[in-house]
Amino acid sequence: MAATPTPSQLGQIEQNPYKADFPLLANNPELVFLDSAATAQRPAAVLDAQRSFYETMNANPLRGLYRLSVEATQAIDAARAHIASFIGATDDADKPQKNAIVFTRNASEALNLLARTLPQVVELGPGDDVVISIMEHHSNLIPWQQVCAATGANLVYLRPDEDFCITNAEIEAKIGPHAKIVSVTHVSNVLGVANDVAAIAARAHEVGALCIADGAQSVPHVSVNVRELGCDFLAFSAHKMGGPLGIGVLWGKPELLDAMPPFLTGGEMIDSVTETDAVWSPVPQKFEAGTQDAAGSYATDACLSYLQQLGMDKIEERERLLAAYLCERLQEKDYITIVGPSQPERHIGAVSFDVAGVHPHDVASILDMQGICIRAGHHCAQPLLSYLGWHSTCRASVAFYNDKSDIDRLADGLDQVWGIFNGSR
Amino acid sequence: MEVASLYNAQFMDHVSHPDYKYELEGATHEHDGVNPSCGDELHLAIRLGTDGRIEEAAYTGHGCAVSMASADMMSDLMVGKTPEEALALCDLFKGMITGDEKDEDKLEEELDEAAMLKDVSHMPARVKCAQLAWRTLAEMLKNNTAEATTTE
Repeated sequence: MAATPTPSQLGQIEQNPYKADFPLLANNPELVFLDSAATAQRPAAVLDAQRSFYETMNANPLRGLYRLSVEATQAIDAARAHIASFIGATDDADKPQKNAIVFTRNASEALNLLARTLPQVVELGPGDDVVISIMEHHSNLIPWQQVCAATGANLVYLRPDEDFCITNAEIEAKIGPHAKIVSVTHVSNVLGVANDVAAIAARAHEVGALCIADGAQSVPHVSVNVRELGCDFLAFSAHKMGGPLGIGVLWGKPELLDAMPPFLTGGEMIDSVTETDAVWSPVPQKFEAGTQDAAGSYATDACLSYLQQLGMDKIEERERLLAAYLCERLQEKDYITIVGPSQPERHIGAVSFDVAGVHPHDVASILDMQGICIRAGHHCAQPLLSYLGWHSTCRASVAFYNDKSDIDRLADGLDQVWGIFNGSR
Repeated sequence: MEVASLYNAQFMDHVSHPDYKYELEGATHEHDGVNPSCGDELHLAIRLGTDGRIEEAAYTGHGCAVSMASADMMSDLMVGKTPEEALALCDLFKGMITGDEKDEDKLEEELDEAAMLKDVSHMPARVKCAQLAWRTLAEMLKNNTAEATTTE
């Protein structure tokens, strides 16, 4: 794709057949929502599914022997199968690996689950390396800091070059013979760049390490296929895709999930319990203690259907155009510095930037007064910002339900910010 | 909310041309205030006169416009106040910024220009910015602790 959107591509992003599907956006036509990297808006299809679950099949899943409970269980089961096929998690007979889909509250919990259980499996100890990247969201950073502090393992960081790329040389140098666990973000929530997870996973396996991909910022925006990525685990959140809040997903290779000890314990995750011991249920129930959010799983299923109906390839193309146009409008302004790659086509969803001499919180407040929502701060990635020499940045992020006018409003809003701080109003 | 309601010309004047942003000579009290997640860092100093009143207040540091303008307005307000009066004003400011004190006449009479920051009470994410200088001063006057004040 050319870096600069052509007139016909601009025409594409001027059209917006999607906004009407999102009640919050449809009911607030003046609102400019450019914070989808934090959480997406939800389409009516998801809200309807959530309500429909409670109205037609509400019962405690797994537990009951009556029809309603069975339906609730089937709803969760169907969602697992749909999610598995959505991320390309299929077995050799091309059937979705539904039992390799574990529901959590969010991607953070999925990553914590791995940090709490994998060290036992790989017998992590002093002298071993856990390799992450400096681009990690705190949710894929602090759990590993904690693991390393508890086990004596070293925390090793993959660092991008000046072009925001984690090179093959860096991958080879940092993922060495001592590496046992490698956990990297697929797409950076600050820079918007994609990391080469396939190369990282291949290197990890070459040295006998496991590879985890944090897909929180990639699964909503690009077609993700775990077989192509070659990772052993993938974590992501439904709410960043337009699904409900409170549903996270962990996919793992079945043999690894089988070998892992449970994370949380209690009801629904056991086969039998005595006064002194318990036998765990098979995966995925082993990792799902307590009553699950069946309505949320059902609504996530509906979310995937909605996205597939639009077509992930179409979503990806439109979002790349939007992000590229966003980048270009920002680059027009000499008072703005983009924190991330200068090539517009490398941004997936998010573009971080600085307004010269204006604190990002002031930028966000003044934009908010104009009905424009962006994120400002450290984006839960303080080590990355320190590494890049920033304390905080502004971040605008797009989803397919945005259009050209949203970005034009942001560009005008930023001129107003600049004017206020430079005396020309 | 209208943009002009908070980031008005008077407010911006405190940001662009602060009156009290300098190293204070002969300071009798000094204290640091920080908002780690914002990156706001404030060094506040006052000189207490022999009559027990604040002769001068000044600050250095960096942060968002709300934290810096607030520090400038506060420094101006505190000249001539006793520590007890200053603490009472810090309490009143806190009441305004958290939305507990809504008496506009009282706020304008006692807080003077700083009363314009009342709009921050509708912006929960910015409360800690506006409060930084005031909390730093209150901590300084209450106990001569060397530990930096944070409003986070």
